Amino acid sequence: MTEKFDSVVVGAGPAGIAAAYTMAKAGLSVLVLEKGEKPGTKNMFGGVIFRHHTEKLAPEFWTTAPIERHVVEYQYWFLSKQSHVLLSHRNQKFNGQYNAFTVHRAKFDPWFAKRAEDAGAVIINRTTADNVLKENGKIVGVTTERGDVLADVVIAADGVNSMLAKQAGLRPETPEAATVLAVKEVIALPKQKIEDRFNLGPDEGVAALLVGFGPGMHAGFMYTNRDTLSVGIGVNMKDLDESKRRPNDVLEQFKAHPSIAPLIKDGELKEYSAHLIPEGGYDYVSNVSTDGMLVAGDAAMLVNAINWEGTNLAMTSGILAGETVIRAKKNGGFSSRNLSTYRQQLENSFVLKDLKKYRYIPKFFEANPHFFVEYPDMLNELFYMWHVVDDELKADRIKRMKGYLLKRRSRLSLLKDAYHMWRLFS
Amino acid sequence: MSTQRTLSITDKLYRDRYKVDEDSHLWIKDTKMCLKCPFDFACIRVCPTDVYKWEENKITITYDACVECGACRIACYDVGWKNPKGGFGISYKYG
Repeated sequence: MTEKFDSVVVGAGPAGIAAAYTMAKAGLSVLVLEKGEKPGTKNMFGGVIFRHHTEKLAPEFWTTAPIERHVVEYQYWFLSKQSHVLLSHRNQKFNGQYNAFTVHRAKFDPWFAKRAEDAGAVIINRTTADNVLKENGKIVGVTTERGDVLADVVIAADGVNSMLAKQAGLRPETPEAATVLAVKEVIALPKQKIEDRFNLGPDEGVAALLVGFGPGMHAGFMYTNRDTLSVGIGVNMKDLDESKRRPNDVLEQFKAHPSIAPLIKDGELKEYSAHLIPEGGYDYVSNVSTDGMLVAGDAAMLVNAINWEGTNLAMTSGILAGETVIRAKKNGGFSSRNLSTYRQQLENSFVLKDLKKYRYIPKFFEANPHFFVEYPDMLNELFYMWHVVDDELKADRIKRMKGYLLKRRSRLSLLKDAYHMWRLFS
Repeated sequence: MSTQRTLSITDKLYRDRYKVDEDSHLWIKDTKMCLKCPFDFACIRVCPTDVYKWEENKITITYDACVECGACRIACYDVGWKNPKGGFGISYKYG
């Protein structure tokens, strides 16, 4: 393989395929290297793909793509030891205009990759790009066990553990605090059972986020698929390390919660998986361009943890990277200056604008884990107090609730927290 | 509440599909460092698939159980980590 391509894309995930499709459609010669047996086999997420951004690459994709369910309901669970408070939003508008879809990545990603292939990109599976290939300080391709591949521009879309971004000197070693370890189980249940348990119509789905079951920044997630559930936990790596808890124990504790266990009861485990999520936000976004290379998706740490968005940031960064290469080719040069416009494109798009907006939130929650621990617990206790019927007079009860609230958090810290939340989001 | 049987990690990994390479994609860069591990064996603790064990004064690596998440790599700089050869390693059926 010494043929030279306009671009070699490493990784056939959402970012890589978006980039490959964009460039191939514009007539560029594009090679995609995928280390897995086929696209998607190395990928897992606790998540969804979004209609709006996916449609930019595949209009009305849900009519042909292997999707599981479209999301009609978003649930926020605040757990305590033996209770929960559930805030949920279901909307029929999500049945009219689809918003997001649950998918199995090992099924969706190959379909998505086929789009790029149909547009003219060449996809080679079972091929790991081991290192960047440099010539006079410029990246001119990648090395693989099958030989070197030359290209004007390498697009590193090789995921959260991106070896290429590191080798190119674009990304320092990721600190624990900026990453979340997700551990997930795919649990099979009859379709009807899923629809009964989650109160769903035939194609409707639920996306659920759950907090309040760990000693620190622990979050749980549940997604309904056609005849499986994706159930998992995400724990900040620093938190996991310091708490000395084992990831599988955290997952088992979550699954055993009396509010969760009935939802997955009698399900059959189909797959156990784990993956890192780069949730550090704006300040941890890598350098995204150098002479001969661009970085997209998780490899560039583009995840919006606040709105549970990732695949759309990956796809959009892939499109913008692809467009940067197209522009550079047209303007007769792949100089680092021409390629550096990619960063500006990202800054001008929702990708970095959103992350910039939330810039201080990851650090804030890291420094204030009581949002994940104490507040969910307090919320449960207050709801419990409110609902117990006995001889207590309501005036006394309200006084007692107020007393409880102020005993757990002082008036000042409650006000401070409210102020900070307001400031962080406005 | 539930009558669900809790599966061990080994039981869980039987559900996963792997293509196992002859060579490990994981290694310890400086094994002497493990003798005075400054991280309280973070590699063992953070791994979701029990790849690392402390046996006879050294870390042993069951690399064929690895799902390539990278947690060990983040937790300890003494862990050597690279992608398995093309086509090898974990191969999710669902993901």
